[in-house]
Amino acid sequence: MGDIPKYLSDAGTRAALLEKLLDHVYLSLVPLVVSIVLAIVLGLLCHRFRPVNAVLVSLSNVVYTIPSLALFALIPAMIGTRVLDPVNVIIALTLYTTALLVRPVAEALAAVPSHITASATAMGFRPWRRFLAVELPLAVPVLAAGVRVGSVSNISLVSVGALIGTGGLGTLFTDGFQQRYLAPIIVGIVLTLVLALVVDLVLVLLRNRLTPWVRAGGKP
Amino acid sequence: MIFADAFGWLLDPANWSGGKSIPVRIGIHLLYCFGAVLGAALIAVPLGLFVGHTGRGGLVLVGGSNALRALPTLGLVTFLYLVVGGSTVSVLISLVVLAVPPILAGTYAGVQDVDRGVVDAARGMGMTGAQRLWQVEVPNAMPLLVGGLRNAMLQVVATASVAAFVGVETLGRPLLDGIRVLDYPQFVGGAILIALLAVVLDAVLAVVGRLVVPAGVRLSARTGKARPGSAASRRREVPTPVESGGSTA
Repeated sequence: MGDIPKYLSDAGTRAALLEKLLDHVYLSLVPLVVSIVLAIVLGLLCHRFRPVNAVLVSLSNVVYTIPSLALFALIPAMIGTRVLDPVNVIIALTLYTTALLVRPVAEALAAVPSHITASATAMGFRPWRRFLAVELPLAVPVLAAGVRVGSVSNISLVSVGALIGTGGLGTLFTDGFQQRYLAPIIVGIVLTLVLALVVDLVLVLLRNRLTPWVRAGGKP
Repeated sequence: MIFADAFGWLLDPANWSGGKSIPVRIGIHLLYCFGAVLGAALIAVPLGLFVGHTGRGGLVLVGGSNALRALPTLGLVTFLYLVVGGSTVSVLISLVVLAVPPILAGTYAGVQDVDRGVVDAARGMGMTGAQRLWQVEVPNAMPLLVGGLRNAMLQVVATASVAAFVGVETLGRPLLDGIRVLDYPQFVGGAILIALLAVVLDAVLAVVGRLVVPAGVRLSARTGKARPGSAASRRREVPTPVESGGSTA
């Protein structure tokens, strides 16, 4: 463990670490943002049309069951991207996160009390505006809980992509293993954990901003 | 067609016999997985029952298992390989480490979720602490406990593939060999095998899970109105986000 300061003392190493960290952020957060949008759209579909719900829930369960390494490899075979293209990892993680979020979003929308939607309608909200201004904000706490789980799991899964040649902090593990050198592996684990923690804190702050009524002790 | 080539690799008789054949690797893969889940259950179930029954240390436990979730699998495997030396031991340890949190969370949530009225009634009938635990709390916790075991297995099956990187002969081997020598049929064929194994195993565990859940609990789960957040509405712990301990602050 004593060689970590030595490992970090090299400016070139530090620059490379920063680049890997930024790669990692990009590879894990792009899928998160895309799947939040997807999950809201699909969750709305599930909420409005019962048959869609049954199909999507069982589909999500199957997607969630497929190990990441296999999904990373199956995506280029299915849609024809290059095998070493980072986009495979982005698509795979988007699938996982969407699968994770759809059901809670649908359940949260279904849990909005009917007297609230009725009052919104009575106040003259049209369906779309009612959805965006009333129903969706009330689903934020549940959505945020799912997004937090999704961000943690994405950040840890991106590392597996190093096995099929995508960048990110996972390359520290493969390099460290090949050179039988512990320092990069420890640094990689610590950076991954810190990244997950920081993103989680940001998400909590964001959620609190979006749901001021929770802090005020209000109930829908 | 890459899939046709992949199926060609899958069906090639040469891959179905010998020491490094597909069946042998599936066997090794399953051996690691069941061994790790068993080991993790021996640690996590008693701990989860204790914390759930006494109600002590719940927050620490939830926070701790959430933190473990963030641990990168590949990092843990390579780290342990260099520290412990020997791929078998290091892979087994990392699989156990990854299987503990879901089992712990399932057991704890299961006991925690038992209707307080039911536990009070048991106490009123004069049941001792141990009787309440074994005759009331454990049977009622079964659905979530089994769900936790299933999640752990899911995690472990996936990680055992990744662990092929440090030289164990699991089902991840063909995929990793395929990418190294740019043998795409083997790469995709290996991926299909891993995915199939995971899906089939999960389905088998779902059936087994239904069998071990006591009939009375099953009945109430089916007919009882599922309150949001009740056992019935979060049967499978992974796809449904569970608020972490910090959120209550």
